[in-house]
Order: sequence, then C-alpha cells, then structure tokens
Amino acid sequence: MRMTGSRMRRMRVRLELIRRPAPSTLMTVASPLVAVALTVATGFVIFAAFGVDPLEALYFFFIEPLTAAWSLEELVVKATPIVLIAIGLSVCFLSNTWNIGAEGQLIAGAIFGSIPPIFFPEWQGPLILPVMIAMGILGGMLYGAIPAVLKVRFGANEILTSLMLVYVAQLMVDYLARGPWRNPEGLNFPDSRPFEGWQLLPKLFGTEIHLSIAFVILAVVVVAFVMRSTITGFQVRVIGEAPRAGAFAGFSRNRMILLVFLISGGFAGLAGVSEVAGPIGQLRISVSPGYGFTAIIVAFLGRLNPIGILIAGFVLALTFLGGEGAQIMLGLPEQMTRVFQGMLLFYVLACDTFIHYRVRVRTKHAAAAEA
Amino acid sequence: MDQAASVATAAGETVLLATDGLTKRFGSLTACDHISLNIRHGEVHALLGENGAGKSTLVKMLYGSLAPDEGRILWEGRPVTISSPAEARRLGIGMVFQHFSLFEALSVADNIALALPPRGRRELADTIRAVSREYGLPLDPSAGVADLSVGERQRVEIVRCLLQEPRLIIMDEPTSVLTPQEADLLFVTLRRLSAEGVAILYITHRLSEVLELAHRATILRRGKLVETADPKAESAKSLAAMMVGSDVGGIKREASGPAATTPRLVLSNLSLPADNPFATTLSDIALTVNAGEVLGVAGVAGNGQSEFFDAISGERPLARDDMMQIDGKPVGRAGVNARRRLGAAFVPEERIGHGAVPGFRLSENVVLTRHGTGEQIARFVIDRRAARDVESRVGERFDVRRSGPDPKASALSGGNLQKFIMGREIDRTPGILVVNQPTWGVDAGAARAIRQALVDLARNGSAVLIISQDLDEIFEIADRVAVLSEGKLSPAQPTETLTAEKVGLLMGGVHHAHDGLPHEENARAS
Repeated sequence: MRMTGSRMRRMRVRLELIRRPAPSTLMTVASPLVAVALTVATGFVIFAAFGVDPLEALYFFFIEPLTAAWSLEELVVKATPIVLIAIGLSVCFLSNTWNIGAEGQLIAGAIFGSIPPIFFPEWQGPLILPVMIAMGILGGMLYGAIPAVLKVRFGANEILTSLMLVYVAQLMVDYLARGPWRNPEGLNFPDSRPFEGWQLLPKLFGTEIHLSIAFVILAVVVVAFVMRSTITGFQVRVIGEAPRAGAFAGFSRNRMILLVFLISGGFAGLAGVSEVAGPIGQLRISVSPGYGFTAIIVAFLGRLNPIGILIAGFVLALTFLGGEGAQIMLGLPEQMTRVFQGMLLFYVLACDTFIHYRVRVRTKHAAAAEA
Repeated sequence: MDQAASVATAAGETVLLATDGLTKRFGSLTACDHISLNIRHGEVHALLGENGAGKSTLVKMLYGSLAPDEGRILWEGRPVTISSPAEARRLGIGMVFQHFSLFEALSVADNIALALPPRGRRELADTIRAVSREYGLPLDPSAGVADLSVGERQRVEIVRCLLQEPRLIIMDEPTSVLTPQEADLLFVTLRRLSAEGVAILYITHRLSEVLELAHRATILRRGKLVETADPKAESAKSLAAMMVGSDVGGIKREASGPAATTPRLVLSNLSLPADNPFATTLSDIALTVNAGEVLGVAGVAGNGQSEFFDAISGERPLARDDMMQIDGKPVGRAGVNARRRLGAAFVPEERIGHGAVPGFRLSENVVLTRHGTGEQIARFVIDRRAARDVESRVGERFDVRRSGPDPKASALSGGNLQKFIMGREIDRTPGILVVNQPTWGVDAGAARAIRQALVDLARNGSAVLIISQDLDEIFEIADRVAVLSEGKLSPAQPTETLTAEKVGLLMGGVHHAHDGLPHEENARAS
C-alpha cells in the first residue's frame, strides 16, 4: 500500500506570488505611500499597547515638529546628512552592490575633516573649510574603498565587511575623542576642541540651517544628471540590472564596485565633515545618531531616485524629531524612532514585492491518483 | 498493489517501465510527440538525440517533474501517475542530474542523509563506505563536498541514488563533466549495476558511449521517436544519421558569392581553460572566416559554444594576442569594445540579460553595444537623439513589431527582440559579425528574415560566423561548416561536400571521420 487515494486528493489553499509580465507602474508610485500608511497604522497599535493615546502620540510624532519655525529648521538640519548619504547609496544600490557601512564612512569623513582644525587650531581664512571638506570626502572614500577592495580582490561579501567596519570606525572616533584629540581645555569631556570662525560652515539667513544644504541640492542635481544622461550612470544601471549585458557592453564589474563604493563613501564622508563643521562644531565620541543606517531606508523609500530621496529624507528626519518630541512629551522610549524606521523599511520592501509580483490565491487539488 | 511487489526483478527480458503515447506540449511546440518506448529490467538503455530532441522533457516526465499532456506511463505493466520526484523515488526511479544538486558547505554524509529517511549517523557513514566501495566509487563520508572534484561529486550523487535502492536509474549526460578516466570508471559501475538487474536510462549525444555501453538505444529527433535500435547491429554512422535525420542535406541554398579568399577573422591555436567545473575547455582552435562568406559552426550545446563565443567577442580575453586577428590585426587580449572598433559585431545566444537589458528602452539598448564603437552615440553624455534614430531605423528596416515608439526590451516578443538585436549590429555594417544561435526560439517568419539579413551582409563583403545547434539552419545559409565538439573545432569544409552523416559523426564526438570509419580510440582520446 504505497499510496492511498485519500492522501492524494487532499485540498490545499495557498498564496502564490505570480511574476507580473511588466512591473506595475501604479505600485511603483504607490508602494512608498502604502508603506508610510502601514507604518502609521502599526504605530497606532504600538502606542495603544504602551497605554498612551495613539492619536496624541502620532500628533507629537508626525505633526507637532512641523508646527514651529525652529523645528522646521531642525528638520532641514537632520535631513541634510541623511539625504547626502542616501544619494550616494542610491548609486551603489543601483549597481547591485550593497554598502551597508555608510555610518562608518560618515565617521571616517568626520575624523579626516577634523584633522586640519585639530592639528592647526590657529588656522583661519577662506582656505581651511574647503580643505576640511576635501579631507572629509577623502576619508569617506578611503574608508569605503576597504570593503570594495576586499570584495574585488578576495570575493569578501561587502555587506558584512562594510557593516563590520562601522563598529571599527565608532571605536576609532571614541578613542580619538577621549584620548589624543581631546580638548585640553575641555574639562575632560570626550570632545575635541571646538572649531571656530572659518573652520565652521556658515549658517544661512540667520537660521540654524548650514551651507551644507547647498551640497544636498548640488548632489541631487548632479547625481540625477549623471545617472540619467551619462555613460557612467548608464554603466551603473546596466551592471545593476544585467551584469552579463554589462560585460558584453565592455564594462568592468570590478571597476564599478570600486567606483560606487568611492562615490557612496565620498558622500557619507561629506555628510560627516558637514556635521562636525556644522551643527556639532567639534569632533565628539558620537557624531551621528545613525544617519548612515537611516539613509539606507531613505534610499529605498525614495525609489533610488534623487528627487524621491530628497522627499524621503525629510520623512525620516521627521521620525528623528518626532521621536525626541514623543520622548519628552509622552515619556516614550527613545528606541521608538528606531522602531518606526525599521517598520518603514520593512513595509517598503514588502510593498516593493508587489511591483514585480501579484498575489494569487490558489486552491489546489494534489494530482489525483488514478491507480 | 501487493502483487506488484512480488514481480520478479532482474528478469532480463521483462519490461520494467513502458511509456504509451507520452506527449508534452509547450505552447505550439510539441517537445515530446507520442513517445512509446520500453525499458527492460537490468538493461542499459541509451536515449540519444540532439538538443531540443525531447530527451530532457521525456525524462522529466518519467521522474515526475513534468506532467504529461497525453499518454500513460506503465511501471511493471501497471499504469502509474508520477506526480512528483518523491513519487518517482517511491516507485524505485532514481535520477543523477547533469548539474549536481549538492550542498557544497556540507559533508558527503550530510548531503546523502538529506535525501534519505532519518537514520543513525554512524550507521549511515558505514553504509556509504560499504556501498561506495562495493560499486567502485570510493567515498569518504566525512569529506566536505566543496573539496571534491567533479567526478567525486558525481559519485556522491550516484551513491545517494543507490542508497534509495532504485530499480531504474536515469542519468542525464553523466560523462559530460568527467575526464575520460573518470568516465571509464563510471562505465564499470554502470555495467555492474546492470548485471544486478538495475535498469539504466542513459541520456547522451555521444555515439561512442552508446556503442560501448548500451544494450538498446532509443533515438529521438524533434520530439518524435525515430527508432529503438540495437547498437550492436548499428554503427556510429547509422546512429548519427538517425540522430541528425537524413533530410538535412537536401535543403536548397542559393549559390554563394564570388570565391572568398580575403581572410577577415582568423583564429589560430586558440585555447581557453574552463572557468568553472561545468564549462568546456577550448583547445587549439583554428579557423579562418573570409570576406563574403557565412561560416557555420555546428555542434550539440554544451560542447563549448558559449565559451567559443565569449573568446571571440572578447568578454573573456585570450592569453595571447596572436590567437585571434581581425583584418590582420592581433586582438587576442583586446576587450570587446576594442574589437568592435575594428569593425567586429557580436550577437550572443541569450537575448534577455546578455544581448539586451530587459528593463531598458530599445534606444538605451542601442547604447549598450554602440557606446564604445567610436560613433557619436556616447562620449560622456549620451546622445539620446542619435540612439533613438538608430532605434527607429533598425525598427523599420528589420520590421521589429513594437507596441509604441521606443518600448522596453522586455515588452518585445523573443523573435522581435532578436530582430532588433541583430539589426542593432547589422546597422553598423560590421566587417565581421559573430552570432551565437541566430534564430533560437524565434518564429519561422522572423527566422527567415534574420537568415536573409545574415546572407545579405556576407554577400556585401562582411565575414559572418554563426554558431548554431540547428543543422537545417547551417545547411541553409552557411558556405562552409565546422563542428565544435568537446571544445575542439573540426576543419571547416564546404557545405556541398558534407552529408548529414558526416556532420552527425563529428557532432557525436567521433573525430577524424573523413576516412569514413569511426575509431573508438579517437573518440575517447578527445
């Protein structure tokens, strides 16, 4: 009795993902919006579980920061590094290369950018800031080159190496700020000496917004142009979508891996130096609340498109501000910001599935046995 | 059902498995057309045929991974429905795949344990050691699969299959990944199994193996069963003729142009090592393609066609510059765009993802191969208008049916996309055009247009090299034919002097067949 009829005729219900013949245009646009809506809905449930009024909590999280001039300025300040990094990451992700270590490259940029004012504290003049910025970009690029070289030379998985290098960078900046670079007049606080005068990015129009917002706008325009209209952007997109076709077009995948890591590392480095020469004004043990990781979410939420990233950057900046607000006003834990960001990434990726697939509910009779 | 178990095994002449009118259609293509064959207890039964003959489809139905559209399968005279590979294994059908299904990170014993009902690890290791030694396939159960050679990995597959105590083993081109020495060892094992009453269905296109090993051979051609023959009563020649069909030589072809004598593409001593265990090593290939001619390279897939194409296109540069010349210039180490700048153009076998990027518009796909040819299409900034001009020109000239202006490549049917890719290259009027499988999966109308375009290009002075598994196609448009077999290329001969039989022998791995009689030694040594 090797087979029995009853077992063969059992009915099963299952969900199947069916690949769409062409990606859904509707879902491409709707996916991030649906993701935001689902995040808010889930947030509602979580707030209720914490015993706070969900509507009030959502208000503090998402609306209140938009109601005062100072917090709008703060929103721009927070969005600046996020968008800068995400723009660089989008180039990397489009080529199907996964730089998860922008946070480390940001720190490397902050460290390198801090070298001129820390070693030459007396140096003032129009030259120092450009030098700091160039150093910051260079630091980010060099730090980004490490996982790229490891991948090209040894086939090491760039996701792991770039992520692990974040922790190396964090310990490095911790050591520098507590040890050799600590401000001698700083009462033993783990900070470097404060940057002054020409060593700081100027603030615009008497607000808290620094000149770095100009870098953001420039980055959006330049990257949009390069990706759309130049052979370099074409290369990135071809290799990301069809590596074999890339080789057929004469593009080198290894060179591309190096290039996109240099680009994304450079942008993260720029964000890093813009922080220490901007809102922070010195090198500290913590120069970023996780902008480098948030930028990954922003890159995907923004459809890897510069304009989309600009918008998504402000949405995520809002979660930082809202998280702080909710912490102060409602006594919610600080981690709420991370929870929201995590949910957002989860829902974006989940919704993106429906761009390429549709769901089919199947009731299936297992092939009936005739024997 | 209880009776089934009592049927005697190893009865020699009794039928173990039979198919009755087994048919499988994929859209308009009938991959298997009313196949009726039988496999006896303990016999080595060869399944012989070219690519696309229906061999794989047939065994997939026997192994439960494809459901037949029509016909029955009889197991020991009893109709059965094999709905899954698990079902096939329960009946006693095992399969050894051409591309192995092993976890590299696990040990031999772990890999085998995954396929069997749970049992003690010590006991399993002992069983593996015993069975593998008994059948001349020595294996160390604790060895990591990643460290094994391809031949040893195949042993793991076979031993795993044997431990399930099958009564029929299906082997899909088992020697394609083996060295001649490993193949000889395999044959010893197979004969031993056969003697013990295990039937073996042995898929191959190598004639020498059929003659050496098989008790009977079933030949498939274009989904139909040609004959079930006794290899002892046949020769390599007659098997080749059955495999290839006798009709191919009869196709009328326009007379070729003026006698071609100006060499444009010259390959000499071209060798290229395999870059993975399943790839073919190219050895000592010599070939000259002259202005004005179409040269066809025939052969069964997996004999080095894609490696050959990659070597000529420059996607895998060669070791020495003098291995390849374009119009007299050595280009062996040059990349694909350097070769394009010298007037060469290439069309790979895979349209989607190799010849074209599916998610890109056609105009962007123009940029794909024409950004590096020295044209105006792209210096640094892409000239979209120039790309769109090419796109519409190619679309018109090659009758590419598009849904609207400049659609994405993925929106085109296979035939239309192939016409576009071909047109994209021919639009440059290349001095040399190399095409791998020009009309693979293309409908008849588009195929005719593509072949016409290839002949026209050649008649206007270009050298055209086509690599094709479709012998009809080669006989239709090629002026000279060479055959690629196991990484070696036979000398090119004028199409008129070739018969289907000769080409079939060369494709079946029987080299040096000019003198007529195939030679076992020659076949094996290659």
